[in-house]
Amino acid sequence: MARYDSLLDACGGTPLVGLPRLSPTVPAGAPPVRLWAKLEDRNPTGSIKDRAALFMVRAAEEAGRLRPGDTILEPTSGNTGISLAMVAKLRGYRLVCVMPENVSTERVQLLRMYGAEIIFSPAAGGSNQAVATAKQIAADHPDWVMLYQYGNEANARAHYETTGPELLHDLPTITHFVAGLGTTGTLMGTGRYLREKVEGIQIVAAEPRYGELVYGLRNIDEGYVPELYDATVLSRRFSVGTRDAVLRTRQLVEVEGIFAGFSTGAILHAALAVAHEAARAGRRADVAFVVADGGWKYLSTGAYGGTLADAEEALEGQLWA
Amino acid sequence: MAIEVRIPTILRSYTGGAKVVEGTGDTLGDLLTDLDSRHSGLRARLVTDAGALHRFVNVYVNDEDVRFLGALDAKLNDGDSVTILPAVAGGAFGFAAAAAIAQHKLAAVATVADGEAGRRVSAAR
Repeated sequence: MARYDSLLDACGGTPLVGLPRLSPTVPAGAPPVRLWAKLEDRNPTGSIKDRAALFMVRAAEEAGRLRPGDTILEPTSGNTGISLAMVAKLRGYRLVCVMPENVSTERVQLLRMYGAEIIFSPAAGGSNQAVATAKQIAADHPDWVMLYQYGNEANARAHYETTGPELLHDLPTITHFVAGLGTTGTLMGTGRYLREKVEGIQIVAAEPRYGELVYGLRNIDEGYVPELYDATVLSRRFSVGTRDAVLRTRQLVEVEGIFAGFSTGAILHAALAVAHEAARAGRRADVAFVVADGGWKYLSTGAYGGTLADAEEALEGQLWA
Repeated sequence: MAIEVRIPTILRSYTGGAKVVEGTGDTLGDLLTDLDSRHSGLRARLVTDAGALHRFVNVYVNDEDVRFLGALDAKLNDGDSVTILPAVAGGAFGFAAAAAIAQHKLAAVATVADGEAGRRVSAAR
């Protein structure tokens, strides 16, 4: 095992493990189709967001936007906040997170443990209320620094410089890369790197499709597309519902022993779709997908046990990815 | 057999409150034209005057984004399931709040470091 000077230096370099039991079986003599899981839960705070948080803070320091003692303000529903809280603690900053009430209690407890301050936005008010809350905070504290993960090039660059090269090193025969679509940083950075190095690589996005409560009465004339998003990096994009995400999350731990969060279930669902397509077509495939985080933070949802219908109901109205 | 179409809450005023409607068509464009004959006004909420999908509308055929399948030219088959959703990727809250803060900062500060404070994007109405 390697040794590191500090926790921050231990970010990345995560294992890539084969999933022989979940990979599609192909007829004897047919080209192999293999699934590989990139275990991003092995990062310092347990999620892929550590990479982006570290790169964004370093970039802001180098640009002179962050000085010791400064306060970072970031709207986040979970993992980015936890990652930023750890980095902020070790680099000497204060972190204030704005988050909705309807996230799991573990996330809130973790953030507080790492030293972050939390400002809640009422879940009942929906996104309009969240916008109002955020505007008010920014107006009250013009000196706070927002790293803004949705438009921060260092977010995507973290994956261009680390996740992508790690995958290519460990799996030179990679044919597909599958990851979740949120800020789009993972897919943009890793996708660009792999497209430059691997001819014909497929970059596949899996986005969570939440219950109706989350979409609510959201207006379709207004929306937010992250500045980082460039559709030309992607080959395909899947929308994965709560039920499929839960089913695959359970399957991953039952069949392969990997205990992951629900966003990983959504990613696995898309990875299995492209893997089975390749198997049916008789094409060789090495499909690498991201295990974004472990399942620990979501145990309180109760969605790991009971029927799928129960789990779907438990997650209705929650931002599970 | 027809094609099942899931309608988001915000557009159910066009379908008499129905969550799911049925239609026919060889392509997504044909399907939307067919739906509009019974649910007048629906197509205009999804397709721009220039004939493209609205930026903040996502349409999926069997869970796959049609923008990667030919958009309005995406081929459809009987038994397919089409889902229409407002464009909200993971972290719906984050988008809204981050964009709001960025907008505030853009208004408050003449120049924003790195040009990264982002912009609030709003489709022409």
